[in-house]
Amino acid sequence: MNKLTAIKLATVALIALAGTAASSAARLRVVATTPDLAALAREIGGSAVEVTALAKPTEDPHYVDAKPSHIVTLNRADVLIEGGAELELGWLPPLLESARNSKIGSTAPGRVVASQGIRMAEIPTTFDRSRGDVHSLGNPHFLIDPLSAKVVAANIATHFAQADPASAALYRANLASFMARIDAKLRQWEGQLAPFRGAKIVTYHKDFVYFASRFGLEVLETLEPKPGIAPSPAHLAQVIGAMKAANARVILVQPYQNRRTAETVARQTGARVLDIAQQPGARRNTTTYFDMMDYMVTTLATALRGG
Amino acid sequence: MRLLATTTNLSVAAMLCAAQLTAQQTPDTTATTPGTVQQPSATARAAMYMNIGFTALVDAGWSTEPDVPSLQLGDHDPRVRGFTIPNTELTLDGAVDPYFKGFSNIVFKLDEGGETGVELEEAYLLTTSLPANLQLKLGQFFTEFGRQNPQHPHSWAFVDQPLVLNRMFGPEGLRSQGMRLSWLAPTPFYTEAMLGVMNSVGGTTFSFQSEESPEIHGGVVPGPAVESPGDMLIVPRIVSSFELTGTQTLLFGVSAALGPNNSGPSARTRIFGVDAYYKWKPAAAQQGFPFVSLQVEGLARRYEAAEREAAEDASILLPNETLRDRGWYGQLLYGIRPRIVAGLRADVVSGDEASFASELRTDRFRLSPNVTWYPTEFSKIRLQYNYDDRKSVGTDHSVWMQFEFLLGAHASHKF
Repeated sequence: MNKLTAIKLATVALIALAGTAASSAARLRVVATTPDLAALAREIGGSAVEVTALAKPTEDPHYVDAKPSHIVTLNRADVLIEGGAELELGWLPPLLESARNSKIGSTAPGRVVASQGIRMAEIPTTFDRSRGDVHSLGNPHFLIDPLSAKVVAANIATHFAQADPASAALYRANLASFMARIDAKLRQWEGQLAPFRGAKIVTYHKDFVYFASRFGLEVLETLEPKPGIAPSPAHLAQVIGAMKAANARVILVQPYQNRRTAETVARQTGARVLDIAQQPGARRNTTTYFDMMDYMVTTLATALRGG
Repeated sequence: MRLLATTTNLSVAAMLCAAQLTAQQTPDTTATTPGTVQQPSATARAAMYMNIGFTALVDAGWSTEPDVPSLQLGDHDPRVRGFTIPNTELTLDGAVDPYFKGFSNIVFKLDEGGETGVELEEAYLLTTSLPANLQLKLGQFFTEFGRQNPQHPHSWAFVDQPLVLNRMFGPEGLRSQGMRLSWLAPTPFYTEAMLGVMNSVGGTTFSFQSEESPEIHGGVVPGPAVESPGDMLIVPRIVSSFELTGTQTLLFGVSAALGPNNSGPSARTRIFGVDAYYKWKPAAAQQGFPFVSLQVEGLARRYEAAEREAAEDASILLPNETLRDRGWYGQLLYGIRPRIVAGLRADVVSGDEASFASELRTDRFRLSPNVTWYPTEFSKIRLQYNYDDRKSVGTDHSVWMQFEFLLGAHASHKF
């Protein structure tokens, strides 16, 4: 390579660098591990933030590939929102190690741990993996309880204001409006599900515990015998028996769970398989947190009504 | 900070176990029962300042070659007909302070004779807050050359080490004491440039100033020495990755390892490598399945052997010559359905003729189909067949079973 070519290449590289830096300087760059957290970040951040989710809406948040492109995203983030409670334990730590971004370090204002301040369910008293892949900090699927969403949203607003004080007023206003909307919608959702208080539902994984407790439903059984363990014929036989005895009529399945197993059980119990999703974007026309909750509540209410 | 969630029965780590018991008992004082809603006590979390993990591999199998170690050259490969425990690891890691993370990996293994060996495989500091996207690693660690060399045996997709890595980096892989500086480039796609500077002297710097290197060229060991900074082992690497589509990722790397060897003064070894990794996983994967991945690594070595007396017979004078070796492996994995993976690996290695004939440099081809069942993320059972053609010796067939279990801290997966 001659000297002139080298200079040209260096110039091009510098321009490229400057371009990358300038284009994204204006808005707060927010990375959320999952789309539901990203949806909350958009509610609070509005036009002042640019939000990226690492996991796809159809992807199991426990089993995301730690892709190199995620390292780049995390490296340039101003704020990272993680679910916490070991939800991302299998894939986030090596990404953070490579991202070398102190703005989102574990104690930095740019790090939001959603589980902080949540009253966690199912915290194990003894640690024993023969009971499955139980999270030592409790069940991490708390965001489908709208009151948990309020806690997380407040947490996000506080961190946004710290990371970007110039827009603090906007974040506070957005949070207030979000809280009001949640309160209004919660009354609607509770109304929709009120006729089915005490209804027994079956889920694939232990991921509807908070939802059931909020809306007065009972999770009768899970198709997984233990968290993270594949359904066995013996366990399914027991589930079928329990469902028949209790007249349980719905099985909730998310996009990354085995629908065929659920169908087999449904055929033998006369129950319905409900395609449901806790992540906005996983089902059609569910962009926001409210869309997703609306979809979930409406679908479930319709099914429980026998429609 | 992750919390350890199980008990290891390691008497050698009695102190660690004591710390662990404290961590386990503390939550009991808060007496939560499953289903109740209560925050864990802060003391329970604070009891542990590190993650502890213990991984064990148990191999069992048979080969048509009675001298299994002549076939299975890796230190963590199955090495006898029957049962072997080629690798157990005690891993400790955690944040040291706001500036460093610390990692260490202590390996306990049983050799062919059933004798226990202990080695400090890795112990290093990693910076967490250097400016300008820089990161420094300092200590003893697997050299970041290519894709598989830095991986621990429990994350390998096959029972044994690829032949080409074995030839270039020896039975234990390339690792040494030193430092590695890495820079995450501000490019739109992932690009990381690394520079490793390590000791070239030691048992695990095969191809350089290692006591084991004479097998390559038959020379005497002149007493490894480092006289100038030029005698260090220099390992540059650059790696990039692209998202081809939402479901397909490609990673491409180029590495080199440059340093002196022990065949004589000013004799040097240069190893160059390229590696590529492709992975497809659909948008709605179930526990990460199905998937297809392809990993290929190719390496070439240029070994300058100085004029020297043959080790076994001083009357034989081996000439000054350059030994050239090359090889590659490609491994295709298909995650058929949750927790079942089928794999196929091809190994090809060859070396130019030299005045000292070493079996470590002859042509060889190996084909290894396998299937692995992961009952959970914490255990696996693998069955592998090796069709092994050592061109100068003949064909061998081997069947190996591998069992693995993991206790303690949840292992996170790198891409």
